[in-house]
Amino acid sequence: MAPLLEVKHLETSFFTHVGEIEAVRDVSFTLEHGQVLGIVGESGSGKSVSALSIMGLIESPGKIKGGKVLFEGKEISSLNNGQMSEIRGNEISMIFQEPMTSLNPVYTIENQMVEVIRRHQKINSKDATKLAIDMLKLVGIPEPAKRIKSYPHEFSGGMRQRVMIATALSCGPKLLIADEPTTALDVTIQAQILELMNDLKNRVNTSIIIITHDLGVIAEVCDHIVVMYGGKIMEKGTEKDIFYDPLHPYTVGLQKSIPKIHKGERARLVPIKGSPPDLLHPPKGCPFAARCPHAMQICLERAPPTYRVSPTHTSACWLLDKNAPKTEGYRTGEAIDG
Amino acid sequence: MDKRVLLKVVDLKKYFSMDTGIFSKTKSYLKAVDGVSFEIRRGETFGLVGESGCGKSTTGRTILRLYNPTGGQILFDGEDLSGLDDKGLVPYRKKIQMIFQDPYASLNPRMTVSELLSEGLRTHNICTKEQEQGRIFELLEKVGLKRDHANRYPHEFSGGQRQRISIARALAVEPELVICDEPISALDVSIQAQVVNMLEDLQNEMGLTYLFIAHDLSMVKHISDRIGVMYLGMLMEVSESDELYEKPLHPYTQALLSAIPIPDPDVTRKNKRRILTGDVPSPIDPPEGCRFASRCPFASDKCKSETPVLEDVGNGHLVACHHWQAIATGERKANTPVTAVVV
Repeated sequence: MAPLLEVKHLETSFFTHVGEIEAVRDVSFTLEHGQVLGIVGESGSGKSVSALSIMGLIESPGKIKGGKVLFEGKEISSLNNGQMSEIRGNEISMIFQEPMTSLNPVYTIENQMVEVIRRHQKINSKDATKLAIDMLKLVGIPEPAKRIKSYPHEFSGGMRQRVMIATALSCGPKLLIADEPTTALDVTIQAQILELMNDLKNRVNTSIIIITHDLGVIAEVCDHIVVMYGGKIMEKGTEKDIFYDPLHPYTVGLQKSIPKIHKGERARLVPIKGSPPDLLHPPKGCPFAARCPHAMQICLERAPPTYRVSPTHTSACWLLDKNAPKTEGYRTGEAIDG
Repeated sequence: MDKRVLLKVVDLKKYFSMDTGIFSKTKSYLKAVDGVSFEIRRGETFGLVGESGCGKSTTGRTILRLYNPTGGQILFDGEDLSGLDDKGLVPYRKKIQMIFQDPYASLNPRMTVSELLSEGLRTHNICTKEQEQGRIFELLEKVGLKRDHANRYPHEFSGGQRQRISIARALAVEPELVICDEPISALDVSIQAQVVNMLEDLQNEMGLTYLFIAHDLSMVKHISDRIGVMYLGMLMEVSESDELYEKPLHPYTQALLSAIPIPDPDVTRKNKRRILTGDVPSPIDPPEGCRFASRCPFASDKCKSETPVLEDVGNGHLVACHHWQAIATGERKANTPVTAVVV
């Protein structure tokens, strides 16, 4: 069986009046059925643009310059907008960071959910309402039959995000993309939503891609992780690979720069020096080279290929090359394509 | 560390009156800060945490007298600031400075860095015109920027660099207390650590005292000596930072700590966590009794009628809960079970 989603050499740019901003550069990853994939990166790393490219939601001046997106083995990146809208909602759904701007303030929840359901399924409005109520119940909204008549402003942030998840799941998509689903929420509410997502992944047969900047959120729900920086994938692997055997200086730096309260130690943080690259003029070599403690001459001149160290674990770093000087914590991998 | 108290806040209150229309007789109040008391010693960092809407930022702004307090005292070095007029406040404006959350909004886009920094210097007559330039260069170097940054405008800088400018501006007037209101929340993870380390270095170097306001508990724990936990305008618990994380006594603190997503999957998946149900109630005419009672798994009838006061349980650890002892000994069981994360 073909994997659920395959992204191959995706390149997305924004052609602004100051020049081309290369937001996503040669991104490839695969998502199998039932997996929960986390894409982690800082602002401007290209994680959201990758997701929007998969959904076919890149708008002018943005453009997918190259690469393909395969969904269940079928290419979806070449579809026109009409064909794509059959896939959006039915097959792939997306929820966004700010649940208030994703809901229309002048319509009730019922109105908005029924509209989505009837757009994708041939059922009458009564059945659609019934389905909507069931979905609200699934995501843990108390008294769903009553609350469905409310307007978005009558819900709190956490409840709105539950409504968004319910709407996104209402047509039984095979893939749910969640772009920073908990960033706008308070920590106790975030815990509720993460618990809901953990619960749903066991109950509903949906694969999930979670996009976030928070390694804590990733640790909580994901089993596979993609680390992005400067529009490129730095490292890819299972949760164990990334957290306990990181093989890219950026991943290592990211982990050192957050306080580890659970270990009870109060060591000084080790920040990553400098700031992220300007993608208007992306560096010729590795995007992280300017901030990397191990940077070599080649890092500044040529972008590293991807090295595979285990069937699940790859890293794009010259330190893994067989000719690289031996560095503690790094080992040699096999260069592969993408 | 100096043990003398620099700032003592006593029963601070800040109510915002809600405009309920010209025909309404009764006014309702948003009680953003409702009876908060704590003290900060010289040279220490006091962290104030809580969820959005708990009044932590309002507390900070009221101390600085950006808001006029509705009640209570703000004792800075023994002097009460709560009743002073604008003129009386001028010397304290120099002694207390603030760093804001959003480095994009808190710097005037039409002023160069050197104009931004010199404004405070001139207002408070810190140095002569001739010394000004040198002082600005010194400040820029202190926060890790270069001399040639002085003539640039804020839009030419990244978020992290702008926050450095804000810090330089706050330090320009040689303050004693710096109120940091979510100074790193708007920054990327890799930049946050840079700014936190810099704040720590500056504190050691200049003997600063910080009031560090944030919602990110792991960062607050990292930087603070003592921490106050706020909920709906009131302090729930105050303690040394290590003790708070090891032995939280208030059920809200316990829930807040267990909600932090830990970037270590093995730990995360073993931990049992207590997930709070429901949302924070509205601070407009908040409920009687303990503010947390509506979400508290241990709440009793007493909690709903009687407001618990902060009591000292030893070691300067204060907690405002009727049942903290019974909860700590396990005598009082939660009404809702502790949920485990099932994977």
